[in-house]
Order: sequence, then C-alpha cells, then structure tokens
Amino acid sequence: MSQQPRRRRLEVEDSGDVAVVHFVDKKILDEQNIQMIGDDLFRLVDELGRRKILLNFGNVEFLSSAALGKLITMNRKVQAVRGKLVLCNISKEIREVFEITKLDKLFTILPDEQAALQAF
Amino acid sequence: MKLETRASPMSHPGRQTVIPSDLEAARRLQEEIEVLVRTAFEEHEAFAIKMAVEEALVNAIKHGNQMDPEKSVRVTYTLGPERFDVRITDEGPGFNPDDVPDPTAPENLERPCGRGLLLIRYYMTDVSFLDNGRTIAMHKVRNGPK
Repeated sequence: MSQQPRRRRLEVEDSGDVAVVHFVDKKILDEQNIQMIGDDLFRLVDELGRRKILLNFGNVEFLSSAALGKLITMNRKVQAVRGKLVLCNISKEIREVFEITKLDKLFTILPDEQAALQAF
Repeated sequence: MKLETRASPMSHPGRQTVIPSDLEAARRLQEEIEVLVRTAFEEHEAFAIKMAVEEALVNAIKHGNQMDPEKSVRVTYTLGPERFDVRITDEGPGFNPDDVPDPTAPENLERPCGRGLLLIRYYMTDVSFLDNGRTIAMHKVRNGPK
C-alpha cells in the first residue's frame, strides 16, 4: 500500500476548555487517512489531556463506516476519562448514516457549534 | 409541475475492470464511478451509491482478499436509463452474510466495525451475494424508493 504523507487533517481551536475540532478533509475515507485522523483525535485525549471535545463536521461531505469505528473508539476514550464528546454541523446525508447505524443514540449530536458548546 | 433539471441519462455501455487489493486503486475506481453516477442520479442517490460501492470495495479488499497483493478484485458496472448495476468479486474464502452480527443490536452498538453490509443494504434497491459470498451484486433504481 502506498504511504500517504503526514499532513494536517484536523484543525483544533479552543473555546474555553472545549477543544473544537474541524476536519480538513471533505471525505473521511481510506484506511490510512482514517487511521491518521483517529491517531490525531486520540492524541487530544491521551497526550494532551483534553476532556471536552467538540467535533464540527461542517466541512465533511462523506464518511465511510471505517470512520464511524474511529468515532466510537474516540467516544470510549473520552468516556473513560469522564469527559464529553459532542458532534455538530453534520450534513443531512451523513446524519442519515448515523441514524441507519443507530449511532445517533450513542453520540450527542447537535445542529450547530453554538448549541454544541452549550452542551458542555 | 416539477421542472426537469437534469438531462436524461445516457446508457453507459458498462465497464469491467480488475484492480489489485489496494485501497488506493479502489479510490481511483470509486472516483471514476462517482463521476459517471453523477451524470444520471440526484445528489442523495449518488451519495447512496458512493457509500455502497465504498463499503463493498473495502470489504472485498480487506475482508475478502485480506489485503493480499497476489489477489485481485473484479468489478463490473453499468449505468442504464433507470438504474446503476455493480458487481464486485474478490478472491477470498467467501462468507455467509447471515453470519454478520446486527451492528444495531444494543450489545454490538459500540463495536468499531461491522456496519458496511447494513449501509449497503439500506442504500441500494437490491443486494445479493453469489459464489459463497465472494461476489456482491447490487443495483440502485433511479428515483427509487430509498
């Protein structure tokens, strides 16, 4: 398998003590890409000690089931440190993916960043 | 009266191709299919086909061929006036789709994998498995119920 260059896949900014994460890619697929996005997300909890994390999907047009797997693992990590993970700005199509898989029951999903920040 | 905003799709003669067990090759093929599908299907239907093809290709390469570079994936697709058909065959040992646990069951909800088939079945009009699960054949009807 060809190696992909290590590049920035997440943009993280602080809003108070909440780490607000924007995805750089419009499409979250490809095993290697998803692995790296997962690593970057996990680092927020494991190495940087963040407990409140907001994932903003405003830029994301497509994601595969492999990406859902990383989000589930991320959710577990955040719960393990008694933190909170919130998702927001999810397109109608991707929202449907969460509903089909019933992951809308597992995650806290809010319409926009303002509403999501108030959930912490 | 609803205005027709999209030209009537032309039938596509179809294509048969063989790709290596390589996710980058799958990506290129996926992009080729996406360009074709977008000429005939509405946005939400194109999303649905893209999702199903993505999941089926990844299943064939990862679970079927186990990423073995000696094994290939055969893909045949056609775009007709009313439907898109695709058939994906791997060289793995096969599997029984009924053995795949329901990923929406409460006890499986937090499992990080196993959702591909669920999404394929949801998004396509019809899905069938042939040759002991090595081949998935699926189609989506234009402006279909899903």
